[in-house]
Amino acid sequence: MKSETLGGTKTETLHAVDAESAARPRLSFFQRHESMILGGGAVVIALAVWEAIWSLTDWISPLFFSGPSAIAKQFRYLLLKGTLVADMKYSGKNFVLGFALALVAGVVIGVITGWYRRIRLVADPFLNALYATPRVAMVPLIIIWFGIGMWSKVFVVFISAFFPILVNTVAGIRNMDADLLRAARAFCASDWQIFKTLAIPGSVPFILTGVRQGVALGLIGVVVGEMFGGSEGVGFLVAYGGQTFATDTLFVGVIIIAFAGIVLTSLAERLERHFSRWRPER
Amino acid sequence: MVKLEIDNVCKRYWTQRDAKGVLALSHVTLSVAEGEFMAIVGPSGCGKTSLLNIVAGLLPCDEGSVAIDGRRVDGPGMDRAVVFQHASLFPWRTIAGNVRYGMELQRRFDQTAMRERTDYFIKLVGLDGFERHYPSELSGGMQQRVNLARALAADPVVLLMDEPFAALDAQTREFMQSELLKIWAKARKTVLFITHQINEAIYLADRVAVMSARPGRLKNVFQVPFGRPRTLSLKRDPGFLQLEDAIWQLIEEESARLGMALAPS
Repeated sequence: MKSETLGGTKTETLHAVDAESAARPRLSFFQRHESMILGGGAVVIALAVWEAIWSLTDWISPLFFSGPSAIAKQFRYLLLKGTLVADMKYSGKNFVLGFALALVAGVVIGVITGWYRRIRLVADPFLNALYATPRVAMVPLIIIWFGIGMWSKVFVVFISAFFPILVNTVAGIRNMDADLLRAARAFCASDWQIFKTLAIPGSVPFILTGVRQGVALGLIGVVVGEMFGGSEGVGFLVAYGGQTFATDTLFVGVIIIAFAGIVLTSLAERLERHFSRWRPER
Repeated sequence: MVKLEIDNVCKRYWTQRDAKGVLALSHVTLSVAEGEFMAIVGPSGCGKTSLLNIVAGLLPCDEGSVAIDGRRVDGPGMDRAVVFQHASLFPWRTIAGNVRYGMELQRRFDQTAMRERTDYFIKLVGLDGFERHYPSELSGGMQQRVNLARALAADPVVLLMDEPFAALDAQTREFMQSELLKIWAKARKTVLFITHQINEAIYLADRVAVMSARPGRLKNVFQVPFGRPRTLSLKRDPGFLQLEDAIWQLIEEESARLGMALAPS
């Protein structure tokens, strides 16, 4: 009996070693970096083909499109001139200010509307109507209110980011986990204690979903706001480039916006993923 | 000495379809002595969870009353704590934070006492070293230990357990049953334990109350004659199997009367 067990253990150990070496076969350099090589390679080739067509043929008219080298040259020119940094600072300031206001207002109003049923019932029709309205449609009105200076841009960012944050906060407060609520009640929790220990922390993952959506919409807001009026900012750069048929300038602006979008959204996604474990398991 | 007195409790649920409502509990009377481990078994839908919720003060009853130490229950209270079927742990709190949750709400202990009790009960359920872990890092069995420690740490007079091992796999469940007996031997609380598993009820309890379904009614209360400490091998003892069979037959008669097919568990 004893030797049998021993024999059994031995084969098991052998199997374990086999399984381990089978599960981790040596990967080639290509296999380990497959996504980098294929994805990065495709981008490089596409840029090379674009550049070749741009500089070696005359198929592309600079009135309608541009080429990588022209865009890079224009980028360098605007950077050295100093206006590009000034535009980015201006847009960045509008975005940060508008987004910060939206975050504070969205969370505070969202928590209150989510927690008090009667306030929610009163506010719901207004919020739903405003949420369904494309915010861009209100930009001319916002300019009437705030002029063409920076505050109209800040307000467009604010109103773009505010609604997703608000709606998600309300959902977070309302969707208290039933099991956790029952546990809190059983331990004689007061309403205030339920609010503090369950409603608020439980809504954090929801709020961060709102933040991610708000970042994306706020970015659209700042670009649109600057396109409508004024003479500064990355959005203005794009609009100005378009009006003057300076496609290379236009592309510089578009690429900066795209880059900011990628960076900000991935940061917000990371934050959201980190707190997703705060969602009760189902 | 009687600790928990359930007296003539009735509960009716109102549905939109049926104007008369459904009688979930009909005149349930049961008393549990101090330090006694009382199990309630019954088929699903027999109202045993409703009964536990009424005792916990989470659900009002329509008739009758529940009293602890002669004081009538009319809401959740510090004299009771519930171990839930789902671990119901707060995912943003560490294990230590979860164990102290009940104490934090009830404010009966000062900071030092809370810290000591947290440490003590984490050790008691065998989770020392996991204080700073989060619930999502624990297995189902370990989560239920936290659930139990949280209830015990609040220092209740009566511990209410609502099918706490039902969601665990068979081996973990057996292991948790014997662990619970060890912990109970140290904590010595009055326990009301709800389950649908007959052998779990017999193995754990001093007495087993059997309920029937529709309406939920107390059929009989069996005295469990086995001494303590009990080992898992008790479950293969002929006397144990006989008692299990007797309870099983009682439930089966009931389900035959209702025309329900009941799978043994």
